[in-house]
Order: sequence, then structure tokens, then C-alpha cells
Amino acid sequence: MGVGINVEHLNAWYGTTHTLQDINLNIPANHATALIGPSGCGKSTFVRCLNRMHETNPIARATGMVKMGDVDIYKDAQPVQIRRRIGMVFQRPNPFPTMSIYDNVASGLKLNGFRNRAILDETVERSLKSAALWEEVKDDLKKKSGASLSGGQQQRMCIARALAVDPEVLLMDEPASALDPVSTSKIEDLIFQLKSQYTIVIVTHNMQQAARVAENTGFFLNGKMVEFDSTHKIFTNPKDKRTEDYITGRFG
Amino acid sequence: MSTNPFHTPPATSSDPGRRAPTNFQTRRMQINTARRWFVNHLVTVLAILSTALVIAPLVAILVYLLYMGASSLNIAFFTHIPAPVGENGGGMANAILGSGIVLLLASLMGIPVGISAGVYLAEFGRGKTLATAVRFTADVLNGVPSIVMGIAIYSLIVMQQKHFSAFAGGVALAVMMVPTITRTTEEMLATVPHSIREAALGLGVPKWRTVLSVSLKTASPGIITGCMLAFARVAGETAPLLFTAFGNQFWSFRLDQPIAALPLQIYVYAMSPYDEWHRLAWAGSLVLIVMIMVAVTLVRIYASRGILKGAS
Amino acid sequence: MSLEKDRDPSTELRTPAVTNFVAAAEPAAPEGPASPVRKFLQARGSGSVADRIFIGLMLLCALSIFGIVLFILMILVMRSRLSLHQFGFSFFTRSAWDPVNGDFGALPFIFGTLVTSLLALAMAVPLAMGVAIFLTELCPAKLRAPISFVTELLAAIPSVVYGLWAVFVLVPLMRDHLGDFLYKYLGWTGFFEGFNFGVGLLTASIILAIMILPIISSITRDIMLAVPNSQREAMLALGATRWEMIRTGVLRNARIGIVGAVILGLGRALGETMAVTMVIGNHPDISKSLFAPANTLASVIAGEFSEATGDLYLSALIEIGLALFLVTIVVNAIARGLVWAVTRGTPSRIG
Repeated sequence: MGVGINVEHLNAWYGTTHTLQDINLNIPANHATALIGPSGCGKSTFVRCLNRMHETNPIARATGMVKMGDVDIYKDAQPVQIRRRIGMVFQRPNPFPTMSIYDNVASGLKLNGFRNRAILDETVERSLKSAALWEEVKDDLKKKSGASLSGGQQQRMCIARALAVDPEVLLMDEPASALDPVSTSKIEDLIFQLKSQYTIVIVTHNMQQAARVAENTGFFLNGKMVEFDSTHKIFTNPKDKRTEDYITGRFG
Repeated sequence: MSTNPFHTPPATSSDPGRRAPTNFQTRRMQINTARRWFVNHLVTVLAILSTALVIAPLVAILVYLLYMGASSLNIAFFTHIPAPVGENGGGMANAILGSGIVLLLASLMGIPVGISAGVYLAEFGRGKTLATAVRFTADVLNGVPSIVMGIAIYSLIVMQQKHFSAFAGGVALAVMMVPTITRTTEEMLATVPHSIREAALGLGVPKWRTVLSVSLKTASPGIITGCMLAFARVAGETAPLLFTAFGNQFWSFRLDQPIAALPLQIYVYAMSPYDEWHRLAWAGSLVLIVMIMVAVTLVRIYASRGILKGAS
Repeated sequence: MSLEKDRDPSTELRTPAVTNFVAAAEPAAPEGPASPVRKFLQARGSGSVADRIFIGLMLLCALSIFGIVLFILMILVMRSRLSLHQFGFSFFTRSAWDPVNGDFGALPFIFGTLVTSLLALAMAVPLAMGVAIFLTELCPAKLRAPISFVTELLAAIPSVVYGLWAVFVLVPLMRDHLGDFLYKYLGWTGFFEGFNFGVGLLTASIILAIMILPIISSITRDIMLAVPNSQREAMLALGATRWEMIRTGVLRNARIGIVGAVILGLGRALGETMAVTMVIGNHPDISKSLFAPANTLASVIAGEFSEATGDLYLSALIEIGLALFLVTIVVNAIARGLVWAVTRGTPSRIG
């Protein structure tokens, strides 16, 4: 089951650039939340702050509070522990090239020391089914390398890999932007189904996509979050003029 | 008719405003152009000549080696230790074994240290001045003469222990392997795309495990290649072993005694006055060269395949 | 401010044409027992201790590189103390080498090193340039791989094998044929006098030239390849011949790096030991003739170390080693710095 995320006064810097300025929002549990905005406005940085991935960059810094349920992810836990509860799918599929499909999907568990064969088998199967990839690869699980699949399949495998560790929140940074329309729609269907089990945050350039899959949407501009509301409201009756300008295509 | 190309001929009556084209083909320019092309062809010939001149010694050496070495090689070479002076026959079996032992020691000590240093430079040191300093020092260390390494290890180990040893020889060669392996490991790890590391970190895999199971595993073909290169390089080194392993006419399996080594034996025999030993030196050289050529060729094949495989 | 009211049919901006907005998710099933996977992962530690140990180990190994350099320096200084005390700096300006009476001066070896290295450079650099130019600019694509492979092989041949070949092929050649030829035509220069036994400065220089050629050539190639093609095209577009294009478009840009490559070759020549030891004649003398036997800093150590009886003798030899160490470090640092400046720090070949 998912948990909600509460963000208060989040600021982030890359070196001296103030990438995120005082972000406050509340991501509800078991819902999909979309984040839209023009390129470079800080959406990806924001999402990376949620699972502390921005810390992998040595010049990155963040202040503020991010709470997952009642756990302050910066004060009460280590990054590694947080990332096991908040999973991430990246813009470009990044399967491990030296591992088979099975090992790729199970990597989150195997690399953390999980040994139980039976549960691994079952988890891999379940994750691949959740990612709607099981039927296509079930015969080649250990024979084919993760990198030998098509782009859309690779991304679904990355989603399966993220799901295999049974996170509570799933962050998706433009997951379909590098894919063809067929794969894109498959992934959108996926998000639809996953919502009931996980809390999903999806960054997207594509407003139609946001409207199709997310109940709530936040609009980012120049490092600030301009507006956050139900998707319906954002797209039909936005409060802020900048939001309206963006969604009607005046810029971005 | 003027020879000055910039003198504009008078306008033609049919089109008063139009100027006739400049004459580029004056005598002076023709000579100049011809000279330039002559120089061009001369340089081309020189370049081809120098390449041929460079290939010639290699071919000469290899052919001579094959000729002299092949006629001296026999099974006895690989199975017998040197015969007493004046007698025919004998081989360099003890030197081959000795080289193997010393090289094994050197690899056990040098490869882990080299790879670890390379891992540090690539995974933890990106952008830090310390890493740049280490990298530069490794490159400079590669240029230190091997004889200097030899007498340094002599001063450290042999003088303390009061005897030559295979162990000292191993240390000397290990010290030579470390900078090379460090640099190749670092370069190979740099080819691993960052997105893969991010994928592992995003799953909550600790950094050390990411480095071991993802970065190193992906770059392993290239890293192994680098180790093979370093191995081939030290396999032929004589100077560091002169005063550490020292050489031995007999079988030796102990690490704390002088031990024979193939390049050492070749050197001693080449400088000796005995024809029989000269013959053995040629045979030994052939074995050494074949080994090294195999390593270099393998590295080339591996490099063209391995890098593509690891970075896809 | 409703959009429906403001919509201007004449503008092309439109809201996304979506009508079926997402409904709220069905209430999730009540939280059941955590899956075994989740339980396992939440029980796992954060690995921060293991991380710290790991980074520490890797850092230690990286620092060992500094350690190696420092250690060599320290031990060489320590063991050459005797000689340093006895002779001071004049050790390098005196021309004496008398083990019996304990009098040592390294000038003859400095002379030998300089002459052989510079002569080798003079022979090797033009040829190496020729090969580099040929391989990068003139060579047909199919020949490129075999020829560069051959040069790589040349670089991989061990010094002792070069020495072996030099002893049995080059020395007789020198003694029986080349020596007379040189004396006949170039004897007027005064560099080719005296007995010619085949071993000596010239033979050592020749084998040294053969040995440093591959490294100069391959690094020059790397540097020439680093010059962007736009430079070459610009020259050709101006009507330059191929050589003019190479000279101005490539070599001029790569000047600094090529100087670095040459200095690297010099560094290699300074420290080359085995082949030189085998053909230089091992005689601590300074002489004008290139036929004369001599010694280099490296070859005197290799040749006399095992016979060094007495602490002073050993100490003198180790002091020579120290000098060699310092000189090659400085030369290589300069060379690598120049090459780095052009190729930005990651040459594709390890020297």
C-alpha cells in the first residue's frame, strides 16, 4: 500500500544555482500525481530530492523537510533505506547490460543480499506481470540479457525491477519520453493499474499524459511550484495565469 | 601583353562594364605551384620510407629470432635445467617456472592494489584534486626506469634479509604493475554509463555494492585486458630482477631463495662466452616474444569486442 | 477566470482536448502484513559502515601510488648517504671511477647517458614523425591496423631481447661493415676515430633509437588524431597541398603535444638499461669518438652492482640510481604535462 509524501519548504541547489525554491506540497497516498512544466524548471530535481538521489551529485545540496508518512527522510533515515521504500524509474531505460532479464528484475533484492530462491522466482514473476512484460519474456528470463530487449520492453523491465523491491512510492521521471507511442500507452495503462497499490509521482512533458493518468497535477516554473490542484481543475480552470499560459501552449 | 596578373585588360567593346578575369597562370605562379607539389610528393615518399625503415628492424629481429630460436628449441628446453658448462643440451625449464612464480607473486600483490586505486579514481575521486594528483603521479611513475625500482627493492628487502629472494623479485615487479593497472582500470570504469550506476543506487543498493556488482562487472573485460597488458610488460623485464630474484641455475620453489627467471637467464647467457648458452638465449627469447605477442594480440581482440559489450 | 468564457476562436492556442479525466483511485485495501521482501529490505542496514570501509580501502590503494614514489626516494637517499657525505655535489662533476681506491665521480656516465639519448632522439624523432604522419594522414585504411599493430609489437619486445639481437647482429655489423663506412666518409668530423670493436656509444644509440621509436610514434599519432578535422578541411579548402595541410593544419596545432611526445621518448631513453648495457662496452671514460666504449647511468648500475664490494662503492651506485630517479621523474612530469595539455588528460594509450 502506498503512503503520502509531505513536502515543506524544500530548497535545492546545484553548486550555486538555486534550482528549487521553497516547494510545499502534499502528495496523497494511492493516487498518481503528475508534475508538469517547461524544460529545466526543476521537476526532475524535485523528484530526485524525494528519494535523495540528488545527493549522488557531489555539488548538490537540499534543505527543508520531506516526510513520507511520519518518517522524515532526511533526518530519520539513510538514503539507502529510503530508496528501498521509494522506487524510481528513469527517463531512459537503464538495464544492467551484464545481467539476464531475471537478474535485472531481481537485482534490487539480490544485490541487497536476498537469497531465498523461491521468493525471488515468485517476485520476479509478479513484478513482470505487474509491468505487463511477463508474457513476452517468460521463456527467456535467464537466457537473454537485459539490454537485448526493445526500448519499450526495457523500460517496462525497469519498472518491474523497481516494483520488485516492493516500494511504497514509485517516482517516474518522464518514463515514456524516449519511447514510441505504443509503448507509451502501455506504460500509461500500467500506471493506471499500479495506482491502487502504490503512490505514484510522474514527471511529464506531455500534458495529455498528465491528464490521462494523474488525479492531481502540480505545475512547476523556474524552480517554483506555481500551482498544485486536481488535474481537472488545472486543465480547465487554473488559478494562476502562468499555468493557463503554459497549458494553452503559449510557452514550453 | 602584361605579365602582371592584376593589370586589368581594357574593357571589351561589347560589354564596357565587365572586367576580364584575373590571370592566375603566370609563369611565377606556375613554378610556385609545381614546387609545392614536388615538396608534397617528396614528403609522401619520405613518410612511406620512414615507415618501411621502422618496420624493417622488427621484421629483421623477428625473422632472425625465429631462425635462431626455432633451431634451438626442443622439448628439452622446456623440461631440463641448464647443463653444466661445456656440456650440450639442457634447457631453461627452471627459468620458465621461476618466471611463473615471480609473476604470480607480482600479480597477487600488484593487481588488487592497482584495480583498487583505479576504482578510487573513477568512482570516488571524480573531480577532486587528490584524484588528479594520483593520476598524474601514476603516469610519471610509469616512466621511472625499472633498474631504479630494482635497486630500491634491493635496498628495502634484500639488504634487510641479507639474501636474494623470489619474494623481492615479486615485489619489484608488482610495484611496476600498479601504475599501469591503475590507469587502465580507471579508463575502463569511466566508460561505464552513469545511468547504470544510478539505476543501482535508485534501488537502494549501497555504493560499495554498486561499484562491485555493477561498475566493475560491466567494465571487467576492459579491466582484465589492462591487467594482461601490465602482465605482458613486466614478464619481459630483466633489470628489476637483477638484484632481487638474482637468478638460479637450479630448480627452486622457495620464495625466500634466489630464483631463475627467463629474461634474467637470457641476459646472463647472452653475455657469456659459451655457444651452447647463446643457443639457449635465442630459444628463450623466442619463447618470451611468442608469449608477449600472444598477450598483445589477445588484448587487441578483447579490446575491440569487450568495450562494445560492456558499454551497450 | 474561466477558460470557456475567454476562448477566442481566432487564436490557435487550445487547452488539451481531454474529457475523461482520471477519477480518484478506489479506496485501497486495508494494509495487510508487509511482504517478506519488504520486511527483509527494511531490516537491512544502510550499509554506511561497509561504505566507509570500502572507500577507505580504495583510498589507501590510491595513496599507495604516492607512497611508492616517496618510499623509493627515501630509501635511495638513505642508502646513498655515505657517498653523498663523501663527495657532495662534485660527485656529478668529477670524472673518476676507481673502485679500488674508493674514488667515485659520475661525470663519464652523465656524458654517456646524454650522448646516447640525444643521438638516439636525433635518429628516432624524424622517423617517428614520418611513421605518425603516414599512419594518420596518408595510409590507406586497410593498411592502418596491421602497421599500427606492428609498431605496438615493436614496443612490446623486451629490452633484453633487443640486446640479444644487438649483440649478435648489430655489433658485428658495426664492427665489420658500418664502422669502416662511417670512418671513410665521416672520419673528418673526428667523431669516428679509434678502434672499433663494434660496441660503444654509436651502437648503443642505434639500438636505443629503435627502442624509443614506437612510443614517440604512437603518442604523436594520438595527438595528431586529437586535432579536429575542421582544421584539415579548412586548409584543403584554401587550396593547400596535402603536406601543407598536414604542416599547418595538423602539426602546427599539435606542436605542444609533439614536443611532449619527444620528451617522453627522451625519458624512456634516459632510463633504458638492458640493451644499452649489453652493447655499450662498460668503460667509464669520456671520449670524442662514437666508436668508444662508455657507460650510461643505468648501465653502470646494471653492470657493476653485483660486484660492488664495500659500502662506499654500493653507496655511489645507489646515488647514481637516485640521480636517475630524480631526472626521469622531472623529465616525465614535463612531458606528461605537455601531452595532457593537448589531449586533456586521458591518452588512449598507456606509454
